[in-house]
Amino acid sequence: MMMVNVKCAAALGVGLATALAAGPASAQVKVGAVLSASGPASFLGDPEKKTLDIYVDAINAKGGINGQKLQVVIYDDGGDANAARTFATRLVEEDKVVAMVGGTTTGTTMAMIPVFEDAQIPFISLAGAIEIIQPVRKWVFKTPHTDKMACEKIFDDLKRRNLTTVALISGTDAFGHSMRDQCILVAPGAGITIADVENYGPGDSDMTPQLTKIKAAAGVQAVINTGFGQGPAIVTRNYRQLDIPYPFYQSHGVASKQFIDLAGPAANGVRLPAAALLVADKLPDSDKQKPVVVSYKKTFEAKTGQPVSTFGGHAYDGLMILTEAAARAGSFDKAKVRDEIERTKGYIGTAGIVNMSPTDHLGLDLSAFRMLEIKDGDWTLVRD
Amino acid sequence: MSVRALRDRFRLLQRHRLFSLVPLAAIVLLLPLLFPSAYYYRIAALVFIFAIAALGLNLLMGFAGQVSLGHAGFMGVGAYAVAIGPTHLGIPPFFSFVLGAMLSALVAFVVGRPILRLKGHYLAVATLGLGVLLAIVFSNEANWTGGPDGMTVPRLTLLNWSLRGADTWYWILAVSFLVSAVLALNLIDSPTGRALRAIHDSEIAARVLGVDVAQKKLMIFVVSAVYASVAGSYLALLNGYITPEVSGFLRSIELVAMVVLGGMGSVVGSLVGSAVLVILPQALTLFRDYEHMVLGLIVMSVMIFLRGGIVPRLAAALGGRRK
Amino acid sequence: MAEFLQFVFSGLTVGAIYALVAIGFTLIYNASDVVNFAQGEFVMLGGMTTVFLGQAGVPLPLAALVAVLVTTAAGLALYRFAIVTARDANAVTLIIITIGASIFLRGVAEIVFDKRFHSLPSLFGSDPIRVGGAAILPQSLIVLAGALIIMVLLWAFIDRTLFGKAVIATSTNRIAARLVGIDTRIIVGACFALSAAIGAIAGILVTPITLTSYNAGTLLALKGFAAVMLGGIGSAIGAVVGGVLLGLFEAFAAGYVSASYKDAVAFLVILAVLFAMPQGLFGKAKVERV
Repeated sequence: MMMVNVKCAAALGVGLATALAAGPASAQVKVGAVLSASGPASFLGDPEKKTLDIYVDAINAKGGINGQKLQVVIYDDGGDANAARTFATRLVEEDKVVAMVGGTTTGTTMAMIPVFEDAQIPFISLAGAIEIIQPVRKWVFKTPHTDKMACEKIFDDLKRRNLTTVALISGTDAFGHSMRDQCILVAPGAGITIADVENYGPGDSDMTPQLTKIKAAAGVQAVINTGFGQGPAIVTRNYRQLDIPYPFYQSHGVASKQFIDLAGPAANGVRLPAAALLVADKLPDSDKQKPVVVSYKKTFEAKTGQPVSTFGGHAYDGLMILTEAAARAGSFDKAKVRDEIERTKGYIGTAGIVNMSPTDHLGLDLSAFRMLEIKDGDWTLVRD
Repeated sequence: MSVRALRDRFRLLQRHRLFSLVPLAAIVLLLPLLFPSAYYYRIAALVFIFAIAALGLNLLMGFAGQVSLGHAGFMGVGAYAVAIGPTHLGIPPFFSFVLGAMLSALVAFVVGRPILRLKGHYLAVATLGLGVLLAIVFSNEANWTGGPDGMTVPRLTLLNWSLRGADTWYWILAVSFLVSAVLALNLIDSPTGRALRAIHDSEIAARVLGVDVAQKKLMIFVVSAVYASVAGSYLALLNGYITPEVSGFLRSIELVAMVVLGGMGSVVGSLVGSAVLVILPQALTLFRDYEHMVLGLIVMSVMIFLRGGIVPRLAAALGGRRK
Repeated sequence: MAEFLQFVFSGLTVGAIYALVAIGFTLIYNASDVVNFAQGEFVMLGGMTTVFLGQAGVPLPLAALVAVLVTTAAGLALYRFAIVTARDANAVTLIIITIGASIFLRGVAEIVFDKRFHSLPSLFGSDPIRVGGAAILPQSLIVLAGALIIMVLLWAFIDRTLFGKAVIATSTNRIAARLVGIDTRIIVGACFALSAAIGAIAGILVTPITLTSYNAGTLLALKGFAAVMLGGIGSAIGAVVGGVLLGLFEAFAAGYVSASYKDAVAFLVILAVLFAMPQGLFGKAKVERV
């Protein structure tokens, strides 16, 4: 038994050392990306991964940045914060990345922040929650709109339609939960009353009990569904099944044509706040975002054969903001790049026009969100 | 002293139950010489953490012959204890650590009595339900736990010294694992341990022999819960952040896989199983999109060809006749 | 009243899904004492294969047939390459093997399919049937009917055919069965194939309601397993009743207690039932030989 222990332990040690042998040394500049390409958030992480691959290749084809080619090192954390943390350490210690664009979910982002802060590496997150940039952290930025902004946009539209009492139905996943909390927080200030709050599990197949309770709740004038993945499609179908007459709002978590396909005719009449990317072709030619979003949509759909999604768009914005900052800085010195990211002004991306500052590491305002309505199986702009 | 006498002394020592840990301790001491960066220290730290949890589960599954598909739930209890204690209750991390273990023990004690009356797959589904319940609580009670996004875990500080650095963690966790292994080996070799193995072989025969089966099963369930809680607390402190996934169903399955892969009933096996399942995903990243396919194949192959687990199989192949 | 009825309909919808998944566990367990955690992946394969073949232009009925065949082949492959090779491994080892298989199948699905969500058209349209102020989708009734039909067919198969008798013999005592000339490998292999086929059919029937994706199998396997244990493992009736009851528990918990905790409540009820009846509702009391 003793000899076995020695052999086992020795094999363990050698195995550990060799299995993790670092990749070949390279003169390329490495950018790290820890994404949830598998697991419950793969719906978001997969388009992010594809986008990074496509556009790093495109940048290199044009000669790279500052005369150097880029290499993006992508790891899949499967939605697990512990795995994300490990990969973050690996990016810093082994791959020696100069910057990081990633963190599909808030949980994985928050777990990785300390690693990049300690290593003083700029980190552009692709996750939604407002706590990533509030309080402002020197090395952390993000590209997606916050869930707070989504709530504000919806409440704004509700008031224009003279609706003031709403019911919320939320997924218990991080996205749905976080946006629900923000809506509850923001409602009183916006003059909106929340009459009922219901929850469903992200993997559930039937939400009619929750919707039945909402239908029976007194005074409800509109219903908002916060969540992502397949849940909102099922909720939408159930909503029509139960013949609930009030206006129905979704969140930007469903921002992909797939939602309309899955929900079917039930989706008609649903409104949601979303990035201009979804209605790229329908934007007026004078819209400043039109060239960018049309180009991204064409490229993504041609290269992957899948409909464009705003999540991939966030990865695009992250990569572009990073590379443009590096180009302005003239080098890949981490501190200089960070400073230039913070000085991003007038960057036109898929999510909106970005103007960052030392107190605002997101750079988007409410105008970056457009209010969309689904008509005849397609997105339409309600108003700019 | 003559060579012969020395050899006899050595043979006597070899039979001591803790002797098998000596080479392990030596490897653990020397391993850091191979580590080029903090990343390796972190991987090793994670291996030790999950090895402690797997060891507890091994005591339950390998020795007492019970099954638990919800053990990650207890890891969650320990993890959230060190998060909630300092953040919401003002209890210093060290005491939260201890309280977490005690809370885990309490939960295991209360739930264990009724649950352990079930057998086989029924026990499996009951423990599964327990794990699911704990994970749901951690995800829903956002005021305490930060909800599905999780919460930050304050660093462990003792007096004025703050615990940071993957290398420091390596030593703390290595020592913790060795201590847990020593405790486990002592337990196995004690009358209680023998009673547990008797229960594993045949519950009825053990009862006939006068073993208080219910009490012993409950005791080992509680012990294994404490091991898991300790591991969970360490994980939370190491990462500085915790999410409800720590108690997820998939984590529980991973723990069972670690125990079975390494070898049920083998203390060293817990370490080997943990090492395989922690290191493998890191090594498999070179397969990019194919990593899950390959992982599944490896898990299946190991279980099919190294039946009984890695360590017992290697022991049979290399060690010869001795146990 | 309308509310209560809606909860019942919701419970039946979800319960029928669980029942159909749960039946798949029963056959393999009866033949070989293995709880096949890859059963959820068989369900996923049935749905996803049909979707992708349909997208490629294959008419749906044919796509469904091919999907069932593909999944059956996967079940046979699992049996031949994993279970048979593992020979006399103990129960826990076999469970880990099936878990490894489920990881493998998910990994394959990740690459062959994609990571988005997909649906299939309902068999009788998506207009709900309205009864007493509540609404139920025709597809839910089809799933329920499917579960009942498969249950009856299984019973007839096991009880009335020679092959079925051989399955009973194999599950009672494998060595004795071999001694009387039954080729147990073929029997158990056929049961794996049949379970995979049942899983695929389940996937095709439930996808119009639940939608599907490459990792839809995990949650289904979890719930299916819980349903099977509630009903008593080894009993096809138990699987169906267990599934429907689990769905009803969840729906009532969502409606009357708390939707965030409905899964927990459902599990607690299962535990309560198991404490009172440790073999599940329809399980055979196990006689432990000393």
